[in-house]
Amino acid sequence: MFFLSHIWLIPLFPAFGAAIMFFFGRKLQKSTVNAVCVGVVVVAFLFSCVAFSQYLGYAHDNPGKPYQTMVYTWLGTDTGGMNFVKHDGTSAAFQADVGFLLDPLSGIWLLFVTGVGMLIHIYSTGYMAHEGGYYRFFGYLNLFMFSMLTLILANNYVLMFVGWEGVGLCSYLLIGFYFHRHSASTAANKAFIVNRIGDAGFLLGMFTIAWYFGSLRFTDVNHLARSGHFAIGDPIITAATLLLFVGACGKSAQLPLYVWLPDAMEGPTPVSALIHAATMVTAGVYMVARSNALFVLAPTSMKTVAIVGALTAIFAASIGLVQNDIKRVLAYSTVSQLGYMFLALGVGAFTAGVFHVFTHAFFKALLFLGSGSVIHAMSGEQDMRNMGDLHKRIPITHWTMFIATFAIAGIPPFAGFFSKDEILWQTWSSEHGAYIHLWVIGYVTALMTAFYMFRLMFLTFHGRARMSHEVEHHIHESPKSMTVPLIILALCSICAGWLGWPHSLGGSDHFAKFLNPVFSNEAEVFRAGGKSSQLAAGEKEEEHTSPIEYGLMFLSVGAGVVGWGMAWRAYRNADKGYAEPIAAAAPPVYDLLYNKYYVDEAYDYAFTGRRKVGDVRLGVMGLGEASSWFDSHVIDGTVNGAGWMTRLAGTLSSWWDKWIIDGLCVRGPAYLMLLLSYPIKLLQWGLVQWYALVMVFGLVGFVAYYAWR
Amino acid sequence: MAPITTLHYLVVAAALFILGVIGVLTRRNVVIVLMSIELILNAVNLNLVAFSRIWGLHGQVFAIFVITDAAAEAAVGLGILIAFFRNKETVNMDEVDLLKW
Repeated sequence: MFFLSHIWLIPLFPAFGAAIMFFFGRKLQKSTVNAVCVGVVVVAFLFSCVAFSQYLGYAHDNPGKPYQTMVYTWLGTDTGGMNFVKHDGTSAAFQADVGFLLDPLSGIWLLFVTGVGMLIHIYSTGYMAHEGGYYRFFGYLNLFMFSMLTLILANNYVLMFVGWEGVGLCSYLLIGFYFHRHSASTAANKAFIVNRIGDAGFLLGMFTIAWYFGSLRFTDVNHLARSGHFAIGDPIITAATLLLFVGACGKSAQLPLYVWLPDAMEGPTPVSALIHAATMVTAGVYMVARSNALFVLAPTSMKTVAIVGALTAIFAASIGLVQNDIKRVLAYSTVSQLGYMFLALGVGAFTAGVFHVFTHAFFKALLFLGSGSVIHAMSGEQDMRNMGDLHKRIPITHWTMFIATFAIAGIPPFAGFFSKDEILWQTWSSEHGAYIHLWVIGYVTALMTAFYMFRLMFLTFHGRARMSHEVEHHIHESPKSMTVPLIILALCSICAGWLGWPHSLGGSDHFAKFLNPVFSNEAEVFRAGGKSSQLAAGEKEEEHTSPIEYGLMFLSVGAGVVGWGMAWRAYRNADKGYAEPIAAAAPPVYDLLYNKYYVDEAYDYAFTGRRKVGDVRLGVMGLGEASSWFDSHVIDGTVNGAGWMTRLAGTLSSWWDKWIIDGLCVRGPAYLMLLLSYPIKLLQWGLVQWYALVMVFGLVGFVAYYAWR
Repeated sequence: MAPITTLHYLVVAAALFILGVIGVLTRRNVVIVLMSIELILNAVNLNLVAFSRIWGLHGQVFAIFVITDAAAEAAVGLGILIAFFRNKETVNMDEVDLLKW
């Protein structure tokens, strides 16, 4: 059990790589950078595989029990008591450990994060080969792996938050990797700032949990939440979960905080694949799934999650229909797919949501890496209007991306079919059909997904070649370091879904069974609350293999095929100046979608204040202007007023001093004396001999007086 | 010839005194004024000595004191005069008016 008890080493491998890059990277050869940075991730992946297999043995002996290991107490009793008062007035000791938790949920994340991460590292050695800042890029990637693994393996909210912030930082650093490009640095800022809004929610949710439960360790919180002491719909838990969900919205790009993710495509393409598609953006899903024991106690929060997820799914998918930048289409696709995941979580189908995260990681990473390969071949061109007819020239990219497209469009037996179908079925059947309207949204989204993905494929790989001759001349298939990860990911995109082969199709849904220990208690809670219909996915499978499920399955495959057909009709022969069917059918709708519903503009008006509403500036800059006005008028006015008052007081005081003190009190008596002395001083007229004469007269006078008296 | 009596001394002393006073009051040269003061003092000495014929040696002792005093006065007076001269380059009595208001 060495590997299992040392899972804390897993994040440290990439941390080591990042440290090497930080201190020595500048001086290292590219081959050394490759060896160190890819090496540590490979080691982390292998370590994770072995630890995971050991965990399977452990789970076999201790069914339903997560594996926990404490490295040390980071904050709390050992480092000086940090007592706080809980909601019921009792005192609790705050404690946060550097402790790691391996259970089926974190195990799945661990495997695909290290696995996909490893492939993307390998891919990056080819993709970034000619870029400056090579070591910096790989250092950031390793730092990201460290943060992400900390986030996944943490056994409490505080350590999870450390990883959460770490991935946010790495996301910022990597989006702004081409920092000399203004759009990249503003996109990085945007991502960071929007994420901060979510993080504030996460923090507040965390504080609420600590205040209410007295602990932030997942096992403690889950145990308490499942103990039955708390009623379903408890307002404090509702508040805490909603706040956590705000955090998830920021990190996982849900309405209304999704705006950073499309802009995040300014980063290098492997970053988009690793961080903004496969791993980091699923952290929100992970966090909600991790807090499932709390969420099931708060039906309002669950409903919010489901509705936000569904709306995000269709909202982003509709924008994706008309975008022309290949990476932007994929970015909106990611937002949309994340919406699916939250929809699944919100309707109580946690396993389905996690399953979609798992399959999505492969095919979306593949799509991004494929688009990177296309961009590489096209000498940096990202606009699909200038592509076309690439399928013969970069065949490996073409075929692997097609597999991913089949997967995301939900064509069986590719991975996405299983997970997406599961989500749609769970949405349909939850709560006695209370979420059927969300199912409609999800279904329309599936249609849109198929359409925009096949549009992307046909515009990029088929139709007429629309690029300039110079670009055309340089088109070449990518090096092996890039195509091999594509092929591996393509295999995963085909097979990953088979892990969750549903019962209705004669499978045994290993994936859901495996995850059951994490979520199964939720079924009990729901049953206790009289909501037996909303069960954990695994159990429901056995209960509801109904004809409707086959019907829905048929419908969703139909949606994928129809989307494919529509895209084929519209774009298979796309030549220069081809017509967008949506633009032809309804130009205003096209404008609205093409401009992304003007959300960025609306945010500029309402939140950033970059644009003025009439003469008024709202939002942050408006606040800034108001503060500036307040500062220059009220604060400075007070200061100036105080100064003016002081000056006035000085003037008065000086006048008083000059005229009253000096004049009246000091010089006044002196002048009085002068005045009074005037007659006397007349006597002193300065002729010494006259004085003597007066003396003599006086003397004579005295003598005469005494002589003749 | 009638004997010289005390009255004679007193007349001579009075004459000296008058001369001294006139000198002090009328001369413009400070040096001469100082000398006139000496004349006045000596007139007094003459009186003292003259009266010591009648009342004993006290008058003569006083006369010695007055001579001493005159010497001191001359020294101080001339000192002041030299200082004054250095400042104003004159010994004219009318210009000795530094303490005038």
